Amino acid sequence: MADPVIRAVGLSKLVISGEAPLKILDDVSFDIAAGESVAIVGASGSGKTTLLGLLAGLDRPTTGEVWLGNTALNGLSEDARAALRQRWVGFVFQSFQLLPALTALENVMLPLELAGASDAGARAREWLARVGLAARVTHYPKQLSGGEQQRVAIARAFSGDPEVLMADEPTGNLDGATGSEVAELMFRLNRERSTTLLLVTHEVTLAARCARRLSLATGRLVGDERSSLGGATAA
Amino acid sequence: MKTPDTVRLAWRLLSRDWRAGELRVLIAALVLAVASVGTVGFFTDRVKGALTRQANLLLGADLLLSGDRPLPDEFMREARLRGLAAVPAIKFNSMVQAAGGPGAAVLADVKAVTAGYPLRGAILLVDPGNAAGKVAPGVPPPGEVWIDSRLAARLVVQQGSKLAVGESTLTVGAIVQQDPEVTSGLLALGPRLMMNLDDVAATRLLQPGNRASYRLLVAGDAINAFRDWAQAHLDRGQRLESIRDLRPEVRQTLERAEQYLGLAALVAVMLAAVAIALAASRYLRRHLDAAAMMRCLGAPQRQILSLFALQFLVLGVGASIAGCALALGGQQLLIVLLGGIVSADLPPPSAWPAFAAAASGLAVLFGFALPPLFALSRVPPLRVLRRDLGLPRAGGWLAYALGAATIALLIGWQAQDATTGAIMIGGTAALLAVAGAVAWALIALLRLLPQRGYSWRYGLANLRRRPLASSLQIGALGLGLMALLLLTLVRGDLMRNWRASLPADAPNVFLINILPDQIEGMHALLERELKADVPLYPMVRGRLVAVNDVPVDSTRLTDARARRLAEREFNLSWMQELPRSNRVVAGQWWKAGETGVISLEDGIAETLGVKLGDVLTYDIVGTRVSARVANLRKVDWDSFRVNFFALYPPGMLDGLPTTYIAATRAPDNPAWLNGLLAQYPNVLAIDVGELLHQVGAIVEQVARAVEFVFLFTLAGGVLVLEAAIAATQDERLYDAAVLRTLGASRRQLTAAQLAEFLALGTLAGLVAAGGATATAYVLADRVFHIPFGWNPWLWAIGIVGGALGVAAAGWIGTRRTLRQPPLTLLRQFG
Repeated sequence: MADPVIRAVGLSKLVISGEAPLKILDDVSFDIAAGESVAIVGASGSGKTTLLGLLAGLDRPTTGEVWLGNTALNGLSEDARAALRQRWVGFVFQSFQLLPALTALENVMLPLELAGASDAGARAREWLARVGLAARVTHYPKQLSGGEQQRVAIARAFSGDPEVLMADEPTGNLDGATGSEVAELMFRLNRERSTTLLLVTHEVTLAARCARRLSLATGRLVGDERSSLGGATAA
Repeated sequence: MKTPDTVRLAWRLLSRDWRAGELRVLIAALVLAVASVGTVGFFTDRVKGALTRQANLLLGADLLLSGDRPLPDEFMREARLRGLAAVPAIKFNSMVQAAGGPGAAVLADVKAVTAGYPLRGAILLVDPGNAAGKVAPGVPPPGEVWIDSRLAARLVVQQGSKLAVGESTLTVGAIVQQDPEVTSGLLALGPRLMMNLDDVAATRLLQPGNRASYRLLVAGDAINAFRDWAQAHLDRGQRLESIRDLRPEVRQTLERAEQYLGLAALVAVMLAAVAIALAASRYLRRHLDAAAMMRCLGAPQRQILSLFALQFLVLGVGASIAGCALALGGQQLLIVLLGGIVSADLPPPSAWPAFAAAASGLAVLFGFALPPLFALSRVPPLRVLRRDLGLPRAGGWLAYALGAATIALLIGWQAQDATTGAIMIGGTAALLAVAGAVAWALIALLRLLPQRGYSWRYGLANLRRRPLASSLQIGALGLGLMALLLLTLVRGDLMRNWRASLPADAPNVFLINILPDQIEGMHALLERELKADVPLYPMVRGRLVAVNDVPVDSTRLTDARARRLAEREFNLSWMQELPRSNRVVAGQWWKAGETGVISLEDGIAETLGVKLGDVLTYDIVGTRVSARVANLRKVDWDSFRVNFFALYPPGMLDGLPTTYIAATRAPDNPAWLNGLLAQYPNVLAIDVGELLHQVGAIVEQVARAVEFVFLFTLAGGVLVLEAAIAATQDERLYDAAVLRTLGASRRQLTAAQLAEFLALGTLAGLVAAGGATATAYVLADRVFHIPFGWNPWLWAIGIVGGALGVAAAGWIGTRRTLRQPPLTLLRQFG
């Protein structure tokens, strides 16, 4: 197997809640290779989102290590982790997380501008066209439907040309049909760009489209199965 | 739940919110409101206290009879007949100079007294061994003067020095620490000198041109009967003063000052109220869940209301105490700033202003916080299951009617009359509305700016996102900044422009009280010293006694100024030619040889209701002179030349007691003036520069005091900003988390936040500079009639100051959003 893009080594996360410490993640380890599509599945409260957050450097583990490529996140400051995310990671969230004060175009431009790109506007337009929103560039998030907002979020996630796309329940706030459309779009772009995909979901059909599924239960990694389909042909 | 439990729970909830920093803005706004009202309240209370405490000492008597001519003896005879104590005194102005020394002559307030003065209170003399001073043994003996420390400092003299007073040389016998007439210490202009009445004649100072006040001090048990008798025997130009109608102008000035300072303080209260409203609605949103849970657990609405109202009451009382403490410091600072105008020897403040300030604070708190509290108590318990339920409608206009009514009541109370109150409410509301509308337009214009870089785009987008809130903040901050710009830059500009508008050859020295036998000598002296042919104008003093043969009854005049004019003596003069800087606006200037006519200044004619052709009769020391109004003149008073309200043709006033007056432009070197005064000690020299300097110094001090009060307004603007930041804290945290997730560094986040506040501050500065410039234009063009000077500094300082100040305040308010780890936040809001 090629060098892993993401590597988790003995990850644990404790939070102090009331008197007793609560273990949200308990000694989780795995490697993810470049180009893999991985679903993190599990019941509500099993630690899926926490795990995703740690992998993206949005939070720090209590013990254990996270590697993105050849860089260990542990030793990095908040700013250094942010800079690494900028180059490596794109995000899609359940609740879209667009900035309400900015237009669709400005939202997509944001990561490009943060990275100092000089052609942010042109690239953002291009991405919006690719997700089918060429006519909606000047609209504000509140003027867009849920599906449209998620498509803006997908355009934003891909615009920075990330190595890894992390998605947290990307269809969770959408109705069935819209959810499928958005999922289809995401998988298609992922295939075209050969991005590594890391998907948190409790939807079985969505998880089934991924080549590999990591199962969490009460903070422990309880399953790691690969399907031969590789998600490529699932409808 | 029993009442003690409610109290305990309220206390626990309050202390938790306190620790969480949730109440910071609310408390700060409340403290500000109480402190601003309290500062002004304590200050005026102390000054009024000084007036009241010393009231019966103030006159040095129980009753004071005064007139602008010597009082007839019958007043003193009658007083003594009734068993009352009565002593005469005279007050007038004179130049005073250290005898034989090279020092400058100083215009002093002179009071000539006789044994027995004062009938009430005592004169305190400076005692090196005792800071409280020592009681004077009687009055200055003949040959001695007692002077106050200001005069001693100006003349550089001490006890034992010789002073030239008129034609006499008198010895400084003592330095006066306090004279019973403390009111003049409250609003004193000139330094003071006290001398013996018996020495006055030898000074030859009391000439007809010198305005003197002849007084009789009366005290004793039967004072009321005597007052009635004296009232019936008063002649024109004579008046009675007692404790009851004590120094009405002082009281009036103070009341007006109290009114205006109080209203200035209320602008701060209004802004604090806006901050309180914002903070209270955030408090409401933050506590909805807790309230819903308590309802769910069976708490009745009434209990929830009392639970939260109790917290606010504790909060209000605590903040009021802090505000009052701050106000005590503030009023002391105000007194220091007004030092020299306000006597430092003021009684301690009473508790009343503290109650009034605390009541204002609590009224504002409940006026603006009660509507959200009611909403809180009515939250549906189902909210525990469905979070989207029970969200209160933000900013319901009806809900804030209570708050608006509270503010209106406070303003009505402070303004004391409906018109001023209405102007104040309307004015501030209009200013806020205009500032807000301008801000709204500017925010809309922002869209047209080329938006380079995400930080500017993000910052400006944030302003546009909440146009109403942004406009309100810009309006509030702009108002505070504008007040300060007006008081600092605009005031200086107006003063400078006015001075610059004076003609370069405008006289700077007035010489009055020149006697007829001194004309030639004086004229020659001025020609020799100043190389100028300085005209000397004759001056006769007379009182208007009849118009068209109908006696003038000043008590029937409704206009206060007209009444004063009718009671006092006029300076009358004669002239053949129409003076420079005068222009006839009605009738004809007289021809040579014309007689029986008079010329009036048009403003005074209007005030007195006198028309062209009316016959005016003046009483000039017993001689009645009648003349027909031949013309009305407009006078350019700004020319600083000698001008008269009433002029006759030559010849009509011959033989009447006359003094002469001259005005000239002279170098600042005092040597020639000292020489002149040594030769003519009866002459009074009024130095216009010195006078302007004195007035300027007072204006400066008053402006600084008002500036200080308006600092509260600026603080109110900053609080509105902080409250608005706090109200949008959740949105900001969310934005920061998203930006962080997308890879923004701390520096980039800070830049985006700063961009917003820099833009906000710039807009507030623009509004302030625009408002200040417009006000300056109106003041210059319409009020003072001087050329308007456009000051670019106003814009530079307003905009840069606004931008930097608001950026700093905004950064302080939003620092916290940069510290949170993004995941926690995304979870909270996701």
